[in-house]
Amino acid sequence: MTQAEIKLCSLLLQEHFGEIVEKIGVHLIRTGSQPLRVIAHDTRTPLDQVKKALCVLIQHNLVIYQVHKRGVVEYEAQCSRVLRMLRYPRYIYTAKTLYSDTGELIVEELLLNGKMTMSAVVKKVADRLTETMEDGKTMDYVEVSNTFVRLADTHFVQRCPLVPATENSDPGPLPPAPNLVINEKDMYLVPKLSLIGKGKRRRSSDEDATGEPKAKRPKHTTDNKEPSPDDGIYWQANLDRFHQHFRDQAIVSAVANRMDQTSSEIVRTMLRMSEITTSSNAPFTQPLSSNEIFRSLPVGYNISKQVLDQYLTLLADDPLEFVGKSGDSGGGMYVINLHKALGSLATATLESVVQERFGSRCARIFRLVLQKKHLEQKQVEDFAMIPAKEAKDMLYKMLSENFMSLQEIPKTPDHAPSRTFYLYTVNILSAARMLLHKCYKSVANLIERRQFETKENKRLLEKSQRVEAIITSMQATGAEEDQLQEIEEMITAPERQQLETLKRNVSKLDACEIQVDETIFLLESYTESTMKRQ
Amino acid sequence: MASRSGGRGRGRGQLTFNMEAVGIGKGDALPPPTLQPSPLFPPLEFRPVPLPSGEEGEYVLALKQELRGAMRQLPYFIRPAVPKRDVERYSDKYQMSGPVDSAIDWNPDWRRLPRELKIRVRKIQKERTTILLPKRPLKTTEDKEETIQKLETLEKKEEEVTSEEDEEKEEEEEKEEEEEEEYDEEEHEEETDYIMSYFDNGEDFGADSDDNMDEAIY
Repeated sequence: MTQAEIKLCSLLLQEHFGEIVEKIGVHLIRTGSQPLRVIAHDTRTPLDQVKKALCVLIQHNLVIYQVHKRGVVEYEAQCSRVLRMLRYPRYIYTAKTLYSDTGELIVEELLLNGKMTMSAVVKKVADRLTETMEDGKTMDYVEVSNTFVRLADTHFVQRCPLVPATENSDPGPLPPAPNLVINEKDMYLVPKLSLIGKGKRRRSSDEDATGEPKAKRPKHTTDNKEPSPDDGIYWQANLDRFHQHFRDQAIVSAVANRMDQTSSEIVRTMLRMSEITTSSNAPFTQPLSSNEIFRSLPVGYNISKQVLDQYLTLLADDPLEFVGKSGDSGGGMYVINLHKALGSLATATLESVVQERFGSRCARIFRLVLQKKHLEQKQVEDFAMIPAKEAKDMLYKMLSENFMSLQEIPKTPDHAPSRTFYLYTVNILSAARMLLHKCYKSVANLIERRQFETKENKRLLEKSQRVEAIITSMQATGAEEDQLQEIEEMITAPERQQLETLKRNVSKLDACEIQVDETIFLLESYTESTMKRQ
Repeated sequence: MASRSGGRGRGRGQLTFNMEAVGIGKGDALPPPTLQPSPLFPPLEFRPVPLPSGEEGEYVLALKQELRGAMRQLPYFIRPAVPKRDVERYSDKYQMSGPVDSAIDWNPDWRRLPRELKIRVRKIQKERTTILLPKRPLKTTEDKEETIQKLETLEKKEEEVTSEEDEEKEEEEEKEEEEEEEYDEEEHEEETDYIMSYFDNGEDFGADSDDNMDEAIY
């Protein structure tokens, strides 16, 4: 794990779970697999706090444990999973676009709580939806369950590994930690529950539904004493499936930008057909015949078979090679080259970064070297039609930033520098890795700056929160207009200005983080796909 | 090896390669040497592209900020223990700012977690009492704890309980050491004499306008 990744993980953990969890998590990421006592000793935190932190981390799938010989349990942190926390808003928004508000809330609850049982999720989501509905209307559990089942069928949520059921009735000494297993087939199996009920609205008055005064109600949680029928079956959000969806979205929009709407629809249809048949790591999808594609096109699209064939031929001949032709049976067998598509997307990202950082002339040189693979300095000047001095300057700038690299080709066995060719080349994988590292650093910087801004204005923020609380309480008791006016004037105009500026800056920094995360996703997908192929 | 060291000794100004091949012509001014690390915030040559705005961007932004706030309120956010202030203040009793003890606020499924991660709540109470009375043996402090608990259970139930039932309850509580998950918050709250929600911090005092001089102020 690079220093930049560790720093980013530390900031994310601190923001979402507090300092204690951050200390333990970062220690585990740095040192690898360790048992409980060693963690407590090395981080110099009390044992109870370490236990609490580990419980939280395991609940959120950020740390896994393993039982080694002699009953020692070792804990290991998953750094890449911690970095996913940056992407939570995007997952929730995707669920909203696919399955509307119900799906959005289900995924949100699963992400916030790590893992939950289906009945718990359904109850909570129904309650939350009921809050937002008008008075008198409630959300039925059945509707929420249906959406949950649809999410499971399309693999967006999956079951967590289960505790194995003990066969013998009288087990000996319990193992120090359960050995969790999951069967591939059962991962998306929804238990048969008959959840009947409606969402409950949280009452703000003093009396609840049964009429008991609030003070005497016992402070127990609303769990029933008997276990729910799906006790022990926990669900979590399947992040890989979301990543597959993002990748498909990126490919479709790339095709739409390059060609037109119809071709992007064709590619979208092909991707949808291969969702279940192709694993997310495959370099290309299963071959699809032109007839199948024609039958599966969305209903609104009435293009004739010949037009479809023409589009497919165009797509297959495109130099970007998103779509490839793998055979002629069935009217032509076509595949989508996922790996090549990811490579093109990563290359486009690199080109765009070079253009924005160094200027369009540098971008021209970069694209030239990409196209011709290896070029000498003299050749670069000739092909790009840029004066020698400027070309040299730009090449060195890109070289120093590691976008380009030098390839030495010796003429003589003694590798004398005066008798060696130096060729400029772009190694996409290493440039992508370098850019990914820069992205992690940028996000860490953005979060730090945002925290700094918030801390600078902490006093002002607290004051404004207090004023708002006073105003709402006064409005509840029915105050007059001029009294409210006077309370509002407690915050002076320049302070209001300061608050506005703070809010704008924080929003801008947040939006930057989201934007950088999109780039991180593209580059990570490309590097992972390349590593798997090697 | 001899030729290498020979080359180093003679003709120090000569380079090993042909400068023109690299592109530096004869007599060209070389850039000045860098004597310090590059500046922390180098000036930008090109302004960055504006951020994407629009419905989707704004929605995701709002989601992100909401999530951040929501996660701070969840029980998974573990606040560090409040450091002891120099003087004990009266309001400390009414402002529970830090975690009450080391128990977890939420109920994980203990069957899925290693056994060693379970925290026993009783231990804390014992430790507390042992700190106060270090000289007395543990047994008498246990009795004291039990009597205090006995009194409090009496207060809570508001029933007349016979001493036999009390002893049975205590025995049950001792047996259920492993299941001391459900830490009774009420018990702890009852330590103070007054109900928490009734306490008024006094921050709103004086916020109301004093303009209405018609009524006499006592």
